[in-house]
Amino acid sequence: MNAPRAQCDISLTVNDEFRTLRTFPMERLLDVLRGRLGLTGTKEGCGEGECGSCAVLLDGVLVNSCLVPVLQAQGAQVVTIEGLAERGRLHPLQQCFLECGGAQCGICTPGMILAAYALLKKNPQPSLHDIQEGLAGNLCRCTGYAQIWEAVAEASVRGNRG
Amino acid sequence: MTGWIAPAWSKMNHVNHKHIVGMPLPRKEGLDKVTGRAQYIDDMSLPGTLYGGTVRSRIPRGSIRKITFLPGIPWDEFVVVTAKDIPGKNCVALIVDDQPCLADRMVNHPEEPILLLAHPDRHLLPQAVESVKIEYDPFPALFSIEESERQQVIIWGSDNTFKTYLIEQGNLDEVWAKADYIVEGEYRTEAQEQLYIENNGVIASFDRGITLWGSLQCPYYVHKALMTLCNLPADKVRVVQTETGGAFGGKEEYPSMIAGHAALLAMKSGRPVKIVYDRMEDMLATSKRHPSRTRHRTAVTREGKILGGEIEFVIDGGAYATLSSVVLSRGTIHAGGPYFWPSVRIRGKAVATNAPPHGAFRGFGAPQSLFAMERHMDRIAARLGISPVEIRRRNFLKPGQSTTTGQTITEPIALDKLLQRALSLADYEAKKERFRSQNMSSSSKKGIGLAAFLHGAGFTGSGERYLASVVGVEGCADGGVRVLVSSTEFGQGTKTVLCQIAAETLGLPYEDVEIAQPDTEAVPNSGPTVASRTVMVVGKLVQSAALGLRQTLIGAGLLGEGHSREEFRTACANYVAERGGLKSWARYDPPSGIFWDDAKYRGEAYAAYSWAIYVAEVTVDLTAYGVTVDDFVALQEVGRVLHPVLARGQITGGVAQGIGFALYEKVVWQDGRMQNAQMTNYIMPTSADLPPIRVYFEELGNVHGAFGAKGIGELPIDGPAPAVVNAVADALGTGFDSLPLLPEGIFRGITPAATTGVDSNPAQGVR
Amino acid sequence: MRSNPADYELVAPGSLQAVLWLLAEQPGEWLPIAGGTDVMVQYGAGKLPARKLVSLWNLPELRRIEVSEGEIQIGSGCTYTDLRESTVVAREFPLLASAARWTGGIANQNRGTLGGNIANASPAADSLPALLVYEADLILVSAGGERRIPYLDFHTGYRKTLLAPGELIRAVCLARRFVKYFSYTRKVGPRQAQAIAKISIAALGQMADGLIEDIRIAVGSVAPTPLRLKETEGMLRGNSIEAALLSKARQTAVGEIRPIDDIRSTAAYRSAVTGNLVADFLRGMRDSRRSA
Repeated sequence: MNAPRAQCDISLTVNDEFRTLRTFPMERLLDVLRGRLGLTGTKEGCGEGECGSCAVLLDGVLVNSCLVPVLQAQGAQVVTIEGLAERGRLHPLQQCFLECGGAQCGICTPGMILAAYALLKKNPQPSLHDIQEGLAGNLCRCTGYAQIWEAVAEASVRGNRG
Repeated sequence: MTGWIAPAWSKMNHVNHKHIVGMPLPRKEGLDKVTGRAQYIDDMSLPGTLYGGTVRSRIPRGSIRKITFLPGIPWDEFVVVTAKDIPGKNCVALIVDDQPCLADRMVNHPEEPILLLAHPDRHLLPQAVESVKIEYDPFPALFSIEESERQQVIIWGSDNTFKTYLIEQGNLDEVWAKADYIVEGEYRTEAQEQLYIENNGVIASFDRGITLWGSLQCPYYVHKALMTLCNLPADKVRVVQTETGGAFGGKEEYPSMIAGHAALLAMKSGRPVKIVYDRMEDMLATSKRHPSRTRHRTAVTREGKILGGEIEFVIDGGAYATLSSVVLSRGTIHAGGPYFWPSVRIRGKAVATNAPPHGAFRGFGAPQSLFAMERHMDRIAARLGISPVEIRRRNFLKPGQSTTTGQTITEPIALDKLLQRALSLADYEAKKERFRSQNMSSSSKKGIGLAAFLHGAGFTGSGERYLASVVGVEGCADGGVRVLVSSTEFGQGTKTVLCQIAAETLGLPYEDVEIAQPDTEAVPNSGPTVASRTVMVVGKLVQSAALGLRQTLIGAGLLGEGHSREEFRTACANYVAERGGLKSWARYDPPSGIFWDDAKYRGEAYAAYSWAIYVAEVTVDLTAYGVTVDDFVALQEVGRVLHPVLARGQITGGVAQGIGFALYEKVVWQDGRMQNAQMTNYIMPTSADLPPIRVYFEELGNVHGAFGAKGIGELPIDGPAPAVVNAVADALGTGFDSLPLLPEGIFRGITPAATTGVDSNPAQGVR
Repeated sequence: MRSNPADYELVAPGSLQAVLWLLAEQPGEWLPIAGGTDVMVQYGAGKLPARKLVSLWNLPELRRIEVSEGEIQIGSGCTYTDLRESTVVAREFPLLASAARWTGGIANQNRGTLGGNIANASPAADSLPALLVYEADLILVSAGGERRIPYLDFHTGYRKTLLAPGELIRAVCLARRFVKYFSYTRKVGPRQAQAIAKISIAALGQMADGLIEDIRIAVGSVAPTPLRLKETEGMLRGNSIEAALLSKARQTAVGEIRPIDDIRSTAAYRSAVTGNLVADFLRGMRDSRRSA
């Protein structure tokens, strides 16, 4: 057993809230969010960056938080699923997932919604093919994806209506 | 990729708003799921929790000689549990009780659990597990159906055979002589991993009794298993299901094992213990779909009418019996497909090998035997020069005829009309023609294929009678209603649909009905959440219990026969205030006319069948030999669609898993151990791999099911694999009889033998 | 998660110079980590031998694309997303743009870097065949200075490279001379996304007077390193694309590669598909000429 290494001070903004903590630099951002900050909405499905259940936005960009050492998130803006609804009002994506059956067991849903959010930010009027590609890094075992694509397409329609 | 289906919301305008059943209402727990508030087991923690890890066998079979705790780990800080610590019976109680909870002297498969560790620091477990050195004396082990059948080494019982079944009808021996053709075929399927995105996990605490929270399908299965393992009476074991991130059968029987482990650690340490597997451990150690080998020998007339046949259906059960006898039962009963067999002999057999026990996975034996049946129908068609459409049409079961077990079809199902509609939706004939001419001048080949099948809902034969499910509906103090069932939600919509049923039965709005968390202390045993029985069987009982509740209020003079919502709420609240509580129970009452002979395996095997025709359109790329599914039509008769969005979601999800079973998902084995136990190399389809799956329903009703519903949870995984492989055969003019059908297999199948290489997985057997 | 964070050190000095100084001061002690899409997978699996890591993530000196008249220099810290968003890469280096597009999924593209892909040196790495046919140069940097080497020389064996101790890849240089070439690339994997290649190919060609003037073919996942098919190229150069040539090219290519049976695929399949891809490339080049 090695002698434990030094911890470090990390500060970052999560869902618009400034947070500071003391932890090991190689702690995964996923575990910091879930374990230290109590934000259990982000999930671990594989721990190897394949399933996308741990996806969050890091400085506006979609990443798999199981592959990010927390030191590399020092000073960053992080958005998790808990930060998507604003003042109690669901984001159109959340609303559309509810209406279109985009969530079944729900475990892939937080990562999937954030991936869709990132897609729509870059491409507000995606084609079916764009949606399929944008979500290709998020595995869903329950839905066969069909109702997820519909939820995203519907959200893009509502979003573009303003 | 073709087509674009309008979102369901846009169809809401056309739905009759007077009813609740049949409407696309929001999922009861949907808000929690889309906001990240839903609590899965790893989101929960109790103060003072220890984390558990499992030390597992590295060999497939042998005796344990020595266990050494290597230096470098602070062992005094760890809780250690071995078989010797088990207070009750060292088994995972299920059917045969042959599976130990912890291996004691013998191990019978790789990854078999031997020893448990717990520590407050989750991060210390992996290294500690690696630091328990176990020495073995290895014994010879078996890794395939054929090796097991040879019986040169006996690893289970007297002959490596968990179970056999025999189904016979008519006079088969006379039939061969009358046949114009005798068509033979052998079909194989391999293991498939359920791959729920949430791994197995539980938390156990012990304080005079065990409380167990977990990701699971069947709280009462775990309850029974813990009673036996921990030597505790029923009222000292409490099992609570937490939000479950997918299951598909993989959390039907397996959780009893992980729950037992956490319970033992909790009992020894006096602290709550959490065990959550990581992906690799889950894939290595937990159950998979039973590999299968089916042999058909069929006597047909030159017009393609089946006179009779022999079917041998064999499944590999792994090292212990677990649920193999039941998987075998369903697979054997479904082996004849939706066809009329004047004479038949079906032999089913489940054999033992030294792999982790195979277990429940959506379909439960039917995807395996139906793959064989539907590939075989295309083989018969090709041999006779009849189309795949005609061969089926000429043999479909008709009302008044009986199945292979002698069950008379009484409902007015018209499979030829269902077939016609599916073909029309898929534009089958036109495409088949177009592809035939296109293929002549193209380096990629297109094909279209179909599968016709059925799926029996509920437990087989006398199974539901034996389960004797009980359901409760409770009137609450605020006038609302609560459904009490042990049926669990894991994405299929259990909570939503059972609340819809109760609400419509009572004439209440959907919002007035809630459903209790499955907690064995608070809900009755409505049976396991398996076998496509929840809506049909449990839903019907919810209806009965709800009616009973209303009757109680009417009988108490608090409610009139016709009543408004407000009147109901007032009556209910008053009753509860006066009498302290209001619960109505309903117990399963076997319908008359359902008769099953367990010894002869004859009679009404299932209370209801759903029927389906699936059509797959594929492109086979001859540069890399890969298959793309371009279009998929899934048409099924399901009794009644209780929730259009949820029902459609079941079909699209099941079809996706079926396509995975056909084209993507391969378990690579080496001496009984999975070699590709990571999401990077166990391949399930992504969003970029699937077309929009087109789903259509027909509704004939069902007298035995709630609001006429039949089960649909498993049906959709039975058909895609044969439909896809039949489409590939149509594209290439070559048949394939083995799943998964990977590009390497297609390459081997269409390339002259001299240029192909050795199959790197010798356990695959005859091709 | 099979590693204990308490056993690891990670520092982020914040400038390339500071990183290089650390690598020189304590040779062999520090493993560079950029986006983490390789290193963190090993870490999660409990299979990362290194205990001290130094972060290259988002260093401004490494994360930029410099465009000059004759070449572009892609900083090693550029992510696949950076490559996808670069108009000059899309327009002039489509083989690299394609590789970036089919690596992983969006989240992994946002973190995986070109330098990481090269330094990790997996024979299945997505961007390497493209760099071989574009005949990139690598600028390697250490505390002692810089050197520029042809990428063709970089891989010396299975996961072995010319990187000296304390050295990092600073940039990838691509000459801007391939716009008029016919380009062809394909990744063959077990699915359309989030897949490790079973075979991949990147190829460029130019015809003159109906004959092959310049031709470059590189393949991945069929040898211990990504491979330029020099023998096949030599055989093709100066010839017109007829059926007999296609057949011979296929044979020669299959003879040059060293595919294996592994957990993902078989040697026989890999050989056959390599031959098919080479033939497909040549037919495409011939037909594009015809339609011009």
